[in-house]
Amino acid sequence: MTILTFSIILLVGSYLAGLLGSLTGLGGGVVVIPLLTLVFGVDIRYAIGAALLASIATSSGSASAYVKEGITNIRLGMFLEIATTIGAVIGALIAVYTPTNTIAIMFGAVLIFSAAMTLRKKNQEVLTQGSPMAEKLKLNSTYPTKQGEVAYQLKNVGAGFSIMTVAGVISGLLGIGSGALKVLAMDTAMRIPFKVSTTTSNFMIGVTAAASAVVYLQRGYMDPGLAFPVMLGVLGGAFTGSKLLMKMNPQVLRVIFCAAIVFVAIEMMYNGFQHKF
Amino acid sequence: MKKTVSNKWQDTDVEQIVGQLLRYGVLTATIVAFIGGAFYIVSNGSAPMPSYHKFTGEGAGFTTYGGIIEGALSFNAAGIIQLGVLLLIATPVLRIVFSLVGFALEKDRLYVCITLLVLAVIMTSIFGGLKV
Repeated sequence: MTILTFSIILLVGSYLAGLLGSLTGLGGGVVVIPLLTLVFGVDIRYAIGAALLASIATSSGSASAYVKEGITNIRLGMFLEIATTIGAVIGALIAVYTPTNTIAIMFGAVLIFSAAMTLRKKNQEVLTQGSPMAEKLKLNSTYPTKQGEVAYQLKNVGAGFSIMTVAGVISGLLGIGSGALKVLAMDTAMRIPFKVSTTTSNFMIGVTAAASAVVYLQRGYMDPGLAFPVMLGVLGGAFTGSKLLMKMNPQVLRVIFCAAIVFVAIEMMYNGFQHKF
Repeated sequence: MKKTVSNKWQDTDVEQIVGQLLRYGVLTATIVAFIGGAFYIVSNGSAPMPSYHKFTGEGAGFTTYGGIIEGALSFNAAGIIQLGVLLLIATPVLRIVFSLVGFALEKDRLYVCITLLVLAVIMTSIFGGLKV
């Protein structure tokens, strides 16, 4: 295969990955890793480098819209970024000592977990009485809904912070945004309304990914020949996805895609156990 | 909510700037990567694809900040792509710097400290030689 053919196929594949990531809510990075490793036979280390770029691009691209609408809780995001960035750097450091097959197996497990998370029941309720810690850190805020601004408070700041550190480590180790874990920390532990937790998680992914991306860049995981089709394709796909999401509610599509993702995840794990990475 | 009205105003101002910054950062990075990618295809398009199934790592020209900028300035196609990569990674980092300025303008000492802490972690990652 020539570079031209490869670049075009990868561009189209990345576009579909971005579209799929956006429609399922899994993010751009997670679909890029199986695409590169299973379809193109690329070494998982190059795939991780490219996936990090995809995560930064889609996170920053879509975060800009949500920040503008005032849904994102910027203080909460900044506070939790202490946890995710420290975690991401730790993750990137232990990645060197982790066999690639182990990384593939872990990736498959996280992918299944993420798919399950996108299908679960979402927290729509607003907590009116938060913890003193949340008050002290000025984490309580408001967000716009159809009925006007709604004030919310939150609790379990310590638990949320701890889960965020784990999310950071996984993000740094596997090169993905690990949005599902971030949402879990905010939804389940801190009791934040779903809309705020998803957009704030998305807002944080860029910074978390950047913290480990610089380590991977210096380690030589980021190949220019892979970087440009992935960056352009995933961004384009995510953009189309966000337009489609405004027009329809893809609940049925989401179930089908998530089922497909689970098959991909099993394939990753199987290959990992067979030492094919 | 104890926020005063004037405080809320500043808050949204900073949020608007952060939103714009993210958008333009990604846009710039993408355009640079696209230009580099176009050059790369024109000059190398008919060559066989590199063997990505074997990890060899990139050379110093693609892994050090100085090397990447040097490569891009000498119009090396892959160097330009890598500059786009660098710009993309820099976008969220720059966002933190903007947030820091925003919190300082609001005289929110607690969040200036929190933001400085996040920035310190990232700077350690960028300049700390953590590549092992």
